Amino acid sequence: MEEKQASYENAEDIPVNQEMMAELTAPPHVPTPIGRRKAKKLKVNMEILEQEGEMTDGVRYNYWTFGGSVPGSFIRTRVGDEVEFTLSNHPDNKLPHNIDLHAVTGPGGGAESSFVAPGFEKTFSFKTLNPGLFVYHCATAPVGMHIANGMYGLILVEPEGGLPPVDKEYYIMQGDFYTKGKNGERGLQPFDMQKAVDENADYVVFNGSVDGLTGDNAITAQVGETVRLYVGNGGPNLVSSFHVIGEIFDKVYVEGGDLINENIQTTLIPAGGAAIVEFRVDVPGSLVLVDHSIFRAFNKGALGILNVEGEENEKIYSGETYEGIYHPEGPGIQSMPTTDEIVESEIPAKSFEEQMEFGKQVYMQTCFACHQGEGQGIPNAFPPLAKSDYLNADVNRAISAVVNGLSGEITVNGNTYNSVMTRQMISSEEVANVLTYVYNSWGNNKQVVTTEMVNKVKNK
Amino acid sequence: MKTRVFSLFLMCLVFQSIMFGQAKDMVLIEGSRYLPLYGRDSTVVAVKDFKMDMYPVSIKDYETFLKENPKWRKSQVKGLFADKSYLSNWESDLKMNDFVNPNSPITNVSWFAAKAYCECQDKRLPTVDEWEYAAMADETTKDARVKPEYNARILAWYEEPRKEYIIGESPKNVWGVYDLHGLVWEWTLDFNSVLITGESRKDTDTDSNLFCGSASINATDLMNYAAFMRYAIRGSLQAKNSMKNLGFRCVKDVEKLK
Repeated sequence: MEEKQASYENAEDIPVNQEMMAELTAPPHVPTPIGRRKAKKLKVNMEILEQEGEMTDGVRYNYWTFGGSVPGSFIRTRVGDEVEFTLSNHPDNKLPHNIDLHAVTGPGGGAESSFVAPGFEKTFSFKTLNPGLFVYHCATAPVGMHIANGMYGLILVEPEGGLPPVDKEYYIMQGDFYTKGKNGERGLQPFDMQKAVDENADYVVFNGSVDGLTGDNAITAQVGETVRLYVGNGGPNLVSSFHVIGEIFDKVYVEGGDLINENIQTTLIPAGGAAIVEFRVDVPGSLVLVDHSIFRAFNKGALGILNVEGEENEKIYSGETYEGIYHPEGPGIQSMPTTDEIVESEIPAKSFEEQMEFGKQVYMQTCFACHQGEGQGIPNAFPPLAKSDYLNADVNRAISAVVNGLSGEITVNGNTYNSVMTRQMISSEEVANVLTYVYNSWGNNKQVVTTEMVNKVKNK
Repeated sequence: MKTRVFSLFLMCLVFQSIMFGQAKDMVLIEGSRYLPLYGRDSTVVAVKDFKMDMYPVSIKDYETFLKENPKWRKSQVKGLFADKSYLSNWESDLKMNDFVNPNSPITNVSWFAAKAYCECQDKRLPTVDEWEYAAMADETTKDARVKPEYNARILAWYEEPRKEYIIGESPKNVWGVYDLHGLVWEWTLDFNSVLITGESRKDTDTDSNLFCGSASINATDLMNYAAFMRYAIRGSLQAKNSMKNLGFRCVKDVEKLK
């Protein structure tokens, strides 16, 4: 009878008795906590799939994945487990792969024993000696490219007795991507080795794509709950300044190890490293997760949302108490500074249907925040585009509003608006597409706008 | 037993001229000195003149071979020479699935089988150097490796999800050889002589004659990652393995007229 809970000086000596299959989860989910379960022989079966996916609207990318997701499946173990790892390379894949788990003590982190051609599988075992949150990744030549295509994930090794319980746990991993086309360029984008060597990323994202952690993929919590995020950074190149806008981390397991720091605003996560952050959410609202190397967040995709629902707490945060207009420089048209001229898309819309499709993409990227998903606008701030008399009365005026900006008082459907629309830095073709989309949606007059019409207004 | 082996061998010889009168489908590759991605001490390698099949071996070609060489049928092949994935996509010993075009390249063949096929035709598998030498050409240049679009085109295939391909549909290279890139990987005679081991980052050990796959001091062109991948795939295989994306073609020595 092995009832007594012996404590072992060396994790190596912790005995395992039963076998169990590891629960693997795709991001942002994590498997059930280990808690107090005894060390076991834990079988992990992971499949490698090379498959096409969407980086952002209209931008396709051929991802290489562990378990069909980027980052790969989350693995959860405890100290003393004997992990029997089977790596299967799908026969339809083109390339050999392997896995280097930073939780492995041994040559190549297992890479040496798991190098596997398409259509084959390899098995190796390792004992988890150190607790912590560890990255795994593919280490087949050219290593950087395999990582850049999404071959990374996290493995958690819980300490004896487990981690303290929390209400919500999520799995988030940052990665940088390098595409032949520039950020936002449509079509299937091949990997660009030169940009990768130059560390000049086109996309920096959470969970594999620009919308990997927003919209339907946003994570959630209730006011009063404690949230634990397992945050990894696959790289291949960039380190992450991980930050949650509107929260302070009560606790950070620095670099995923034993060192606990408290009351942290931004924690640094190295490429090939991880961190565990914990905080209690006190007020409702959308918390924005970013890499605080901030252009990555707003221009390259490193942005996620944690939606917190529940009761307001005005002791902690009052919300808006006053709104007014302040014009120190007088009313005028603001424009974003720009150094690059706007390039026309290499894939022009060939039909009305394509104009609608591409126009919708532009709308979602550029107009959505103010004019909203159904063109309903925001009362007293941004005028509606749906069934808009202002819009339908004069197409040239509408074009001008997009290309030149618009300010001053206007009346739309009987309501007065006095706000500033900045000049939009998008190409003539994109203007034509987005206006065609708007005119042919939400009860508008079905006007079709062409690039020529846009250029005419531009050149006036 | 001896007689049977001998008669089989004889059959091979007899049939080779009738069934596989394919010397006409070979082209001359003029040898030269070239710098491979890897090499012992990354020195220049001399490649002699040789003839190369214009096309990879097709399913149709291979069916013919199987008819004449029962020991390479999947029900009869020895486990030593081919593992379970050998011809695993074949319906039966002599029949490929109906939906597959017979002009597709044969895949799911082991190195032993590919070698036997070539030998049966008095040919052999190309060496890594011969293959890489012929494959560094594009439509107009013998060494196109300096052209960015050469690399880009190869990579486009590596990154594309697998689909069914037909032999000879892409343009031939300057030697007149089709499909070295963009169709399937191909077996080479000494596929594992330049090794990328499972742990490709430590293959810098000069004692072991292994050459690194990632940040090597031995590789001559670190940006040629298309070539890295070919060396990686070769390194991941054993001779009895076969793969859905791996075919082969044969070459022949040329006697130089003095």
